[in-house]
Amino acid sequence: MTESAPRTLQQPLQRRAIALVSGGLDSMLAVKVMQEQGIHVEGVNFFTGFCVEGHTHAIRKKDKDKNKRNNALWVAEQLGIKLHIVDISEEYKDVVLNPKHGYGANLNPCLDCKIFMVNKATLMLNKARELAGEKGFDFIITGEVVGQRPKSQRKETMPIISRESGADDRLLRPLSARNLPETLPEREGWVDRSRLHDFSGRNRKPQMALAKRFGLDDFAQPAGGCCFLTDESYSRKLADLWQARNERRYELDDIMLLKVGRHIRPAPHYKLIISREEGENRFLEGYRYQFTSITTSSCPGPLALIDGELTSDEELRQAAAIVARYSKGRTDDEVVVEVRDPSGVARQLPVCPATPDQVPQEWMV
Amino acid sequence: MSHHELDARRLLCPMPVIKTQNQVNALQQGDTLTVICTDPGALNDIPAWCRINGHAVLETREEGHEVRVTLEIGESSIAL
Repeated sequence: MTESAPRTLQQPLQRRAIALVSGGLDSMLAVKVMQEQGIHVEGVNFFTGFCVEGHTHAIRKKDKDKNKRNNALWVAEQLGIKLHIVDISEEYKDVVLNPKHGYGANLNPCLDCKIFMVNKATLMLNKARELAGEKGFDFIITGEVVGQRPKSQRKETMPIISRESGADDRLLRPLSARNLPETLPEREGWVDRSRLHDFSGRNRKPQMALAKRFGLDDFAQPAGGCCFLTDESYSRKLADLWQARNERRYELDDIMLLKVGRHIRPAPHYKLIISREEGENRFLEGYRYQFTSITTSSCPGPLALIDGELTSDEELRQAAAIVARYSKGRTDDEVVVEVRDPSGVARQLPVCPATPDQVPQEWMV
Repeated sequence: MSHHELDARRLLCPMPVIKTQNQVNALQQGDTLTVICTDPGALNDIPAWCRINGHAVLETREEGHEVRVTLEIGESSIAL
């Protein structure tokens, strides 16, 4: 057969799919199901800033034996697919701040998030088709399962995601496809619908059985999914940040810092971010040129950042006393702290460490 | 063929990988790139990213709190 032979005489064209890869089991299985049907799959993973990833373990020294791998990369390697990681953290702010479909149990805008991500994948698919024609991509797959998540993965939200993302019938969910209307890849015979799945609900047994059939036994299964916004205490810290600033906005550094340290707010206009161990200390160290910071100089202790402006010397003494309370000198009569401003100018300040009742529980964010 | 350096210090996973990916997309096959990071996760993640995307890891090195990964750019693919 020559290269110029008509398509009908050649091997059928291998169809190509873009998979949304989170690093969890479901997207992994969705890719496997496609590969089993001869589809070429490449993965895309979106970085929102709220991703629960190896870096939280990387910060904390006590977690140093935990795996620091990026799950999406690890999954892609297991599957033998390419992975494109895309930083969407800036555009994603609008999803978090103004979710058209509202929040879930915490500040998780799951439905808007899924629509946003499938839309990004659709734009990538369209661009690749424009640049590469048949060597571009034909459809998008996700690991979504009908009824699995109360906010986004419900039978009635599935068509909303397809429609509002612009993917329409180029969006296929291999794990739940037989519970949903036929999509383009099924209609065109690129994939065999009868070999797709009809998983539904929160029961994970079908996924476990399928994982076993594919020989997969090492995969990440984070309880709250892979996003900090589903976490109650994280969402509380984010809401506190907005309340303190009197406006709903954030920068990437803000949301990174919410993942680290003990957050104590003695007054509406400032809070302390106090490291809990050496790894966090090192991480917060990198922020000392942006924030006024407090360390203890007469004894070992934490590093604290002051987020906000202190209005008096008295407030500074209060902040220093709180930091001293978390140092090795907490029971001493006096601890000397160093207060350093972002330009590096430092001064020493002797304080009496705060007692437990001087740091009431309601200050803990 | 040329050698390049990328400063990804203080960035947390997956940003060092994203920065590496974006820089690699702008380089030619055969070029080399050394990425300097402070997130120890980069020691696993950048080589994993290279393996799945067809780039060769020439060296990984830890120096104090820094990680240095040197890679050689392989064949390019469609940049999504």
